[in-house]
Amino acid sequence: MVAFWILAPIMVVAALGLLFSRKAVHAALLLAVVMISLAILYAVQDAPFLFAVQIIVYTGAILMLFLFVLMLVGVDASDSIIETIRGQRIASILVGLGFGALLVLGVAQVSFGSAVGLDAANDGGNVPALAQLLFTRYVFAFEVTSALLITAALGAMVLAHRERLSPKPTQASLAAQRMRDFAESGKHPGPLPPPGVFARHNAVDTPALLPDGTAAPGSISRVLAARGTVKSVPDIADDVRSFTGDDSTTSSAAITDGSDQ
Amino acid sequence: MSTAMSYLPLHAGPPVVSGTSADGVFSLLWLVIALPALGAVVLLLGGRRTDRWGHWLGVATVSLSFVLSLVMFFALVGRDSAGRQVHQHLWTWFTAGRYTVDFTLLYDQLSALFLLLITGVGALIHLYSVGYMEHDLRRRRFFGYLNLFVASMLGLVLASDYVGVFLGWEGVGLASYLLIGFWQYKPTAAAAAKKAFVINRVGDIGLSLGSALMFVTFGSTSFAVISANSGKASSGVLTAIGLLLLLAACGKSAQFPLQTWLLDAMEGPTPVSALIHAATMVTAGVYLIVRSNFIFSLTENARTAVVVIGCITLLLGAIIGCAKDDIKKVLAGSTMSQIGYMVLAAGLGPAGYALAIFHLLTHGFFKANMFLGAGSVMHGTNDDVNMRHYGALRKAMPITFVTFALGYLAIIGVPPFAGFWSKDPIIETAFAQNFVVGLCALVGAGVTAFYMTRLMLLTFITDERWEPDVHPHESPRVMTVPLMVLGALSALGGLLILNGWITDWLAPVVGARPEESLAIGALGMSLVTLVVVAIGVAIAWVFVGRRPVPRVAPTEVSVFTRAARAELYGDAFNEEVIVKPGYQGIRGLAVFDRSTIDGTVMGTASALSGISSRFRLAQNGFVRSYALAVLAGAALVLLALLAVNFS
Amino acid sequence: MSVTPFIVLSAILFTIGCVGVLTRRNAIVVFMCVELMLNASNLALVTFSRANGNLDGQVAAFFVMVVAAAEVVVGLAIIMTIFRTRRSASVDDASLLKY
Repeated sequence: MVAFWILAPIMVVAALGLLFSRKAVHAALLLAVVMISLAILYAVQDAPFLFAVQIIVYTGAILMLFLFVLMLVGVDASDSIIETIRGQRIASILVGLGFGALLVLGVAQVSFGSAVGLDAANDGGNVPALAQLLFTRYVFAFEVTSALLITAALGAMVLAHRERLSPKPTQASLAAQRMRDFAESGKHPGPLPPPGVFARHNAVDTPALLPDGTAAPGSISRVLAARGTVKSVPDIADDVRSFTGDDSTTSSAAITDGSDQ
Repeated sequence: MSTAMSYLPLHAGPPVVSGTSADGVFSLLWLVIALPALGAVVLLLGGRRTDRWGHWLGVATVSLSFVLSLVMFFALVGRDSAGRQVHQHLWTWFTAGRYTVDFTLLYDQLSALFLLLITGVGALIHLYSVGYMEHDLRRRRFFGYLNLFVASMLGLVLASDYVGVFLGWEGVGLASYLLIGFWQYKPTAAAAAKKAFVINRVGDIGLSLGSALMFVTFGSTSFAVISANSGKASSGVLTAIGLLLLLAACGKSAQFPLQTWLLDAMEGPTPVSALIHAATMVTAGVYLIVRSNFIFSLTENARTAVVVIGCITLLLGAIIGCAKDDIKKVLAGSTMSQIGYMVLAAGLGPAGYALAIFHLLTHGFFKANMFLGAGSVMHGTNDDVNMRHYGALRKAMPITFVTFALGYLAIIGVPPFAGFWSKDPIIETAFAQNFVVGLCALVGAGVTAFYMTRLMLLTFITDERWEPDVHPHESPRVMTVPLMVLGALSALGGLLILNGWITDWLAPVVGARPEESLAIGALGMSLVTLVVVAIGVAIAWVFVGRRPVPRVAPTEVSVFTRAARAELYGDAFNEEVIVKPGYQGIRGLAVFDRSTIDGTVMGTASALSGISSRFRLAQNGFVRSYALAVLAGAALVLLALLAVNFS
Repeated sequence: MSVTPFIVLSAILFTIGCVGVLTRRNAIVVFMCVELMLNASNLALVTFSRANGNLDGQVAAFFVMVVAAAEVVVGLAIIMTIFRTRRSASVDDASLLKY
């Protein structure tokens, strides 16, 4: 019971944080907190198997899947605080509070009596007892869920599949495209320099410098640029200046945004 | 007036209709109707192929029916008084539960007389029409309609059931509509036909409701059943039936208040006016009342109503006839008035039924005679009906003049012509029962003498006032022969009352005629009547015969003349009281339909669409609003559950 | 251990999940709130299993987890597909089915 009273506030706060956090990644991590606390509560309530499954499957697989997709979609996208639908926020809070109050009220009216406890049920061990139930009484549901899982996997494959709409570009066409770009827009036709050619430092937040002292735009991750944690050029351009004898510090400022590479 | 009416109580109830079945020559009874019906079918369905000989077929069928009627009449005379009712059952028309209506023909003393009148006068008029309608392209169709009329009228008088009477009633109404509007291209004719039909329809309500009331009371509408049981019905029911039948008679016989159609019906060709609107169809109402004697004899109130209607109409028709310049309209007013006499007589009870029928027969003779004479005059003056354009026609059309004069003398009641023998007993009997009624009849006789003398003077005696291109000439033989026959009948028709033959002949049908005695005696009454007639003739001679007749009707006339010219405002009354409120009612209904009913229906639709266009705004496409609605619903369900569970 | 606090906690977590679904605009965060609701119901199931003394509740919770896994897989695939074509992961942008 002690565990309950410690974990319950944590869970509620984490859930509220999930509700109010602006960045999606924070929301995902707070959900992880909730899930792990739930796992502990399962353990407390004589459900060791579920404790393990909750951590492995729910937190470890499902939540990680959430995080992967977040990365794909754009981890820097954040919800604006302004509500676009008129009255939605107020109405949601009111209805939600009302709903919650009703639930709690209803639960409070019921007297559950003392819990029977799972000592008798877990007699031969929790896992064998669960297996006993699963493969006798609930075997049909079990088979159906297996079909469900296969279907889900197939479905994901189908949905995530990208059809090639145009023929795969050959090396010749890629080379021709590169020449065309150079003719039209002056884009550098050659390959990108291998890593370290222009790098001044091996930290990811230090941009590489081009020969004229400006920062190479493609040398910093877009995410870091979006976060604004990129080191500015003047800090690292001392030796260049010593070579060129240029005292000006007006080189291109810190890379603020990453355009398409 | 009802308290002043006295009638001698009957020793027995009204005579019961029952009879032997048709055998011998009577088995051909159905042929009397079938012949003109066949003629109508052939002529109307045969089309233009029958144009060349159609008119002769029309004449032939009715003439054959007349011959049959004559043979059967003599056969009936040969039988003794008790066995003079013959039934011929043709087939059962319909059965509805306990109610059966048969097509059974009843040939008795009353129908025998009518058959002779209809087929005899009808045949003469058919013959006349061959000449009169010679130049009309649709003559064959005319004869088809005439045959249709004769067939329906025969069906009416031979029916033994009120439903059969109704069938014939409607048939003659249809034929009248078709014939009044025969010249369809004339808007006045079409309007007159419609007016006649519509006003007749009002009367038909009386016959249908009366039949229905009879069915409800007696369980049947056949004469036999009703005449046997009429004494068992309550007097209120009998009075109601009587009044309803009176309404029907008013419609068909152009009695007040349904009289306005008769003068307009003169739009039809003259033979039509002669046959239908003088001799036969308009007498159907009188036939109905006399045939229903087993109802009327038992209810004094209905009889009083009949007498009142008769009195009003006989004076009304006479007054209208005094001021009209159209010869046919004068004769139509005269018809209205004479039928008023017949209705008056029929309302006097068993004392007057036979007199009504007698006057009906003589009127058929002399009125048809005068109408055909008018047609002959019109034929000679290029179809002009305005008497102000006639004058001195006695030299140009001698046969027409003589036959017309015979009819004239008959109608004003000069002995020994037919009208004297038929009208005077009516006046006598009226005086015997009620002084006021008798006075009305007497005054009516005087006015009749006035306007008929005026007609004779304007048409035949006074100086010629012909139109420039009119050369009056005598009509062809095919037209003058019927005139001569009818003239002879007008002269000799009075023989029927010799020795009281006609009252005895009809007594088994209408009841024995009680002996009435008058203070001044029958002879004295006749003298008084003749004096009144002479006064009427003298007034006409002084005011019309002695003065020059203006060719254009003068406009500066007394209020009485103006009223008579306007048919005593009968049309105006109908227009104001019935037609205009009718139109207002219809317009009101149309407005109601458009605003209220359409408004409700369309309003419901537009309200619904208004509501739905409000509601559809909830479908804003945002998933989150829908989710909010779902959560709210779930909260409501939860609330309901908790309320139920913990209340 | 009394049952009521666990159930009340489950109710609170469920409600927070509901409000999150209604309020957040990022599709993935909405999905995470749905997962929160499922987890809350799982807690309730396990608690009742303990209260009744048999393991049916735990089996039910197990099945819920399986189904949630399948659902997450497909749901995230869908979100990704939509994101590829429309470049937006906001639930408000999929609002073509309006009046």
